Amino acid sequence: MLALLADSTIQNVLVGAALLGAISGVLGSFAVLRRQSLLGDTLSHAALPGICIGFLLAGARDMPAILAGALAAGALAALAIIGITRHTRLKTDAALGIVLSVFFALGVVLLTFIQSTGTGTQAGLETFLFGQAAAILRADLYLMGAITLGALVLVALLWKEFKLVTFDPVFARTSGFPVLALEIALTMMIALAVVVGLQMVGVILMAAMIVAPAVAARQWTDRLSVMVVLAAGFGILAGTSGAIVSATARGLSTGPLIVLAISAIVLVSLLLAPRNGLIPAWLRQRAGRRELHETLVLGTLSHLAVEHGDPDYRAEQAMIDAYHGTRTHQALEALAQKGLVAPARHAPETTPHWRLTDKGHARVAHPTEREDEPQ
Amino acid sequence: MSDHLHEPGLALHVEDLTVSYRARPVLWDIDFDVPPGVMAAIVGPNGAGKSTLIKAVLGLVRPTAGHVTLLGRPYRDQRRNVGYVPQRSSVDWDFPTTALDVVLMGLYGHLGWFRRPGRPEIARARNALAEVGMIDFADRQISQLSGGQQQRVFIARALVQDADIYFLDEPMAGVDATTEKAIVNLLRGLRDRGKTVIVVHHDLQTVRSYFDWLVILNVRVIAQGPVSDVYTAENLKRAYGGQIALLETAPAHPAPTQAG
Repeated sequence: MLALLADSTIQNVLVGAALLGAISGVLGSFAVLRRQSLLGDTLSHAALPGICIGFLLAGARDMPAILAGALAAGALAALAIIGITRHTRLKTDAALGIVLSVFFALGVVLLTFIQSTGTGTQAGLETFLFGQAAAILRADLYLMGAITLGALVLVALLWKEFKLVTFDPVFARTSGFPVLALEIALTMMIALAVVVGLQMVGVILMAAMIVAPAVAARQWTDRLSVMVVLAAGFGILAGTSGAIVSATARGLSTGPLIVLAISAIVLVSLLLAPRNGLIPAWLRQRAGRRELHETLVLGTLSHLAVEHGDPDYRAEQAMIDAYHGTRTHQALEALAQKGLVAPARHAPETTPHWRLTDKGHARVAHPTEREDEPQ
Repeated sequence: MSDHLHEPGLALHVEDLTVSYRARPVLWDIDFDVPPGVMAAIVGPNGAGKSTLIKAVLGLVRPTAGHVTLLGRPYRDQRRNVGYVPQRSSVDWDFPTTALDVVLMGLYGHLGWFRRPGRPEIARARNALAEVGMIDFADRQISQLSGGQQQRVFIARALVQDADIYFLDEPMAGVDATTEKAIVNLLRGLRDRGKTVIVVHHDLQTVRSYFDWLVILNVRVIAQGPVSDVYTAENLKRAYGGQIALLETAPAHPAPTQAG
């Protein structure tokens, strides 16, 4: 493991993956809350023609030119989305779909053109489709680091402005903030995150990095600040663990592994998060069903006591079973633990019997009054 | 500055205001005035342009023609003197934030760029929450509030702005009777402190008991003035047409008011 971490290629991949996780977690949180989950998908696909044009202009696989092209195309796509939603009757989802397909189609045409000229095969532009983390150089990391740092500083500085614009853009306008400029900034920063992720996960899977950390984080918290930090943490965790797995196992590419890792985090969050998770919800429901069953059994015991005119009436367990058409042993034991019923004997019968305690009678009379019991 | 004042004696002055969507006028040649220190209702049938009117006054919708002044100045110079309570449905209440945080947002404009709310702002926000009876819910996630509680949080966010003129877009829509009563009392308190309160209202039954000034709107201004002068069967019929038949007899029996 330590030997692995000493390898400079692996170091580069780890740092790159962590940077990608941090920036996409933070910016993705705002995109998801603004109901623009697919913005990352659109802007990353839209980067493809920019990558190709950057390559054509530079005449070689020149990283700065390619990333600049990707950023320019992403920015153009972002402006196209904003323009379409503001000036036509189309809603955001339609605008995202149109921009995604137009830009990606253009990108594929350019890509096949470059490949047909023969320079494309050695250029290896298709690695940008799914990423090629091992090709990341130290110099690329400086660029990725600068972009990530810049985005994080901007979010920290404009924290309250971004929060207000995300929650209530109309109120933000009446408060005097330039809402359009802030929305453009948030959208453009997604294009920057895409640039960071291009070499790591590629244009096709980049959408997952924008959406998944935010969705997972939202499950665990009801505070924006916690959500953003948690999303960044999940992004970093997925990025680094994906990088480590691909370094230890031969022939597994990093980008898709990172996406699988963040997907696993989403799955765990959807299942386990205390308030919103499916399993806690199921457990709460089961507890509720049990309590309902106990209440019914308690009612039956009370009814029998009244019928027989004897508050201490001892009911045979088999009779309660027969009345409810199911085993009631578990419910009776639970009630006994709460002190509402007590086991009893009724000679000459040797079978288990139960009677209501004073507390049990009180509960039947006033079912909503529960003294010391938890919940 | 003061030499440029236009109609400074009026809290709200709207002249020749026209707003159109796709070449169809939603508001047409609107002229009306609201004096300071009143509690005014804007009523009208669905599609009359009530919300659009408020949005045009606040610069959220670009008017085709006309102008608006608030206490003598255009809105952009009066922003800090104007509080706004949008319709509750205009935001996503599942947003990860607390009631106190939403109220604090009312102070963001005063804070300006970069500055974060600190202790004095939090104290003001808590006061505003106490004023609307929501202090016990300060740290509650907003999706866990009832509709009426959410509305009170929205009103607290406007209160904390400490404005002179308040605009509220259907604050009584979808809230229970107790909350409605509480909101009306709150707004009356504002008026009694000399503020001007302008409310888009949907319930004609309560207009006379809640408000002292009335603007009846249906694309054009049908009538405006003190409620007692304006709330007449004839005016309402002109605005609402046949829909008003049920209410027609109401003004004939002056004030057997159990209303509320």
